[in-house]
Amino acid sequence: MNEKTEVTAIKNLKGFINFFLSELKPKGGKTIFTPFNLITVPIILLGIIIISIRFARGLGAVTNLSQDFPWGLWIGFDVLIGIALAGGAYVLCFIYYILGYEKYHPIIRVVVLNGFLAYSFYAGALILDLGRPWNALNVLIGNKFGVSSVLFMVAWHFFLYTLSLLFEFAPALAEWLGLKRVWKTLNAMTLGAVVFGIMLSLGHQGGVGGLFLLAKAKIHPLWYSEFIPLLFVTSSIFGGLSMVIFEGSISSKVFRHRMSDEYHNAHDQIVMSMAKVCAGGMFVYLFLKLLELNHEATWSLLSTPMGYWYLVEVVGCVVIPLWLFLAGANSRSMGTIKIAAVMTIIGVVLNRLNICLIAYKWYSSLRYYPTWMEVVVTLTVVLTELWVYRWIINRMPVVSDSPEWAKGSHEK
Amino acid sequence: MDRREFLKTIGIGIGGVACGDILIPSIVKAQNAFGGNEFFGVLVDTTRCIGCRRCESACAEINNLPAPNLEDRTVLGKRRETSETQYTVVNRYISKEGKEIFVKVQCMHCNYPACASACLVKAMHKIEQGPVNWETNCIGCRYCMVACPFDIPKFEYNSPMPKIQKCNFCWEKKVSQGQHPACVEICPTEAIYFGTRREMIEEAKRRIYQKPSKYYHQIYGENEVGGTSWVYLAAVPFEEIGFRTDLGTTPYPKLSKGFLTNIAVIDLVVPTLLLGISYVVKKMADQQENREEKK
Repeated sequence: MNEKTEVTAIKNLKGFINFFLSELKPKGGKTIFTPFNLITVPIILLGIIIISIRFARGLGAVTNLSQDFPWGLWIGFDVLIGIALAGGAYVLCFIYYILGYEKYHPIIRVVVLNGFLAYSFYAGALILDLGRPWNALNVLIGNKFGVSSVLFMVAWHFFLYTLSLLFEFAPALAEWLGLKRVWKTLNAMTLGAVVFGIMLSLGHQGGVGGLFLLAKAKIHPLWYSEFIPLLFVTSSIFGGLSMVIFEGSISSKVFRHRMSDEYHNAHDQIVMSMAKVCAGGMFVYLFLKLLELNHEATWSLLSTPMGYWYLVEVVGCVVIPLWLFLAGANSRSMGTIKIAAVMTIIGVVLNRLNICLIAYKWYSSLRYYPTWMEVVVTLTVVLTELWVYRWIINRMPVVSDSPEWAKGSHEK
Repeated sequence: MDRREFLKTIGIGIGGVACGDILIPSIVKAQNAFGGNEFFGVLVDTTRCIGCRRCESACAEINNLPAPNLEDRTVLGKRRETSETQYTVVNRYISKEGKEIFVKVQCMHCNYPACASACLVKAMHKIEQGPVNWETNCIGCRYCMVACPFDIPKFEYNSPMPKIQKCNFCWEKKVSQGQHPACVEICPTEAIYFGTRREMIEEAKRRIYQKPSKYYHQIYGENEVGGTSWVYLAAVPFEEIGFRTDLGTTPYPKLSKGFLTNIAVIDLVVPTLLLGISYVVKKMADQQENREEKK
């Protein structure tokens, strides 16, 4: 196994540099200059420069954040959207580990890995947005816990969930490094990690929405309601699964050489089942949305410009993909399901951006638009994550088969 | 899971929901009194304000902020917000009768501050004597700015070591030493009046009773968002002079309290439920296997 040689190569510096350069190449590739590398490396380098300016001169130097819009693209995209679309991990863990649907076995690891990377990177990106990041640990250690704050609860759930995802993924690490005894221990801990992971997910997915409960006077009444936390949880279920469908359709092309036969054979079948779960989740979501309209008596607002925008989000990006998911699952059409998944993802993105930017202070003439530098930093975060993702997929048994000694038992 | 265990789990769940409100320590304390003490308040009578803006310069002086140019009356031309270098500003409005009305703006020092309930490290907090103040253990997340219904906390975007800036009720330099806030001291027309909050409400009511035709019959801040330490009197309805009158009377921390209670319950009940389900599913799968083997 050449994994062994990789590990020993790290031991001296020259070896390390060679090792590092070789790691930049896609596995099996001859050259560093692949299209992916050529596009992403300049963006990441530019992003790093912008991040240094941000720390040297303050948030105002690179962002369009203002006293009126204290939260911008970095919170709206990286945190709200990133977290919602990473929801697939806890949903599939529930279906696979708790309900025992064995057929999800081939994708469970890659989904957990995606979840773990999303949380590490997007929550990590939060540090860039914090004005006083050197105090960030005050949230976890110290004697001034703001227990009445939703954000306090979200921070803790966030942190613990990232840990539990790491534990869920750790057996793959152990298989890669050939640590049989560690692997046994880690495997025994999986169910515990999953149970806590689901609990923590419900808490923080809802909590991220719960943050906006305090912005009652600032969010358009069509979007503000006491249901925000519940709507965030529900939309993280179908948003997260749609993301799994979307990512799956891309990685099954890009990482074809790494895929086990089990993965290939089961992939379409799994996608069909996920489409049905999505449709179910979206039905509940729409029901809650109707309940909210009735409860808050905001029907009349639908015929205002903000109301049309609301309908674009709810009809265009929930009702229509719901119908497409059902139609696709019925006619067993992968194409239809993929379109539905993309529309759903757009819908979740719109919803989160609406709540934190567009319907936020809708009455104000001042608006927030991200600077190009904010966009580049966001891209940097996403692309760096893709680099790490590619590195791991190409080495560890994520979509490929586990080594012989670990076969058959990493089910449960 | 046998039946007894199942019932026990359900019981704990229902009990948890029922007790949630008792178990979670109340964040909301009684009006006017905080930890048993009456707290301070200020009454701003906009009918007395002449728009001299000396409160702005007194504020700048005591807080070491750039001094405003009082000669420049053009700033009154448009509505200004407080900023990270101006903890208070005076705005001019023209009433329907064409009269000038001046309104001083600063932190309202809410009885139940939204910013404090938003803060995850208690950097923003209301002290017993009334002022809502900021400490340096802040992490700079700016959730207080999202939460504040009056948009008061301001962030230093152009500093690598930013602070949250806002009116601090002159607590450290004045009020804690038995003096009045700088703006109150300098006001030439006694438009700003300092005392305990209860006294302020009483004084405001007395003024309305004595001159009912002079005042619009509302004390802004008496009940808004659960009451504020700074309260206002005016001759015209408050929405005409830049106040939000759609904020309601519910204390802001209550908006998220129900949700926090639910989360505590979810964190207790969900793991038990999940373990139960997984146990049952496994049992059923085993039984199925046994049956198939027997065949």
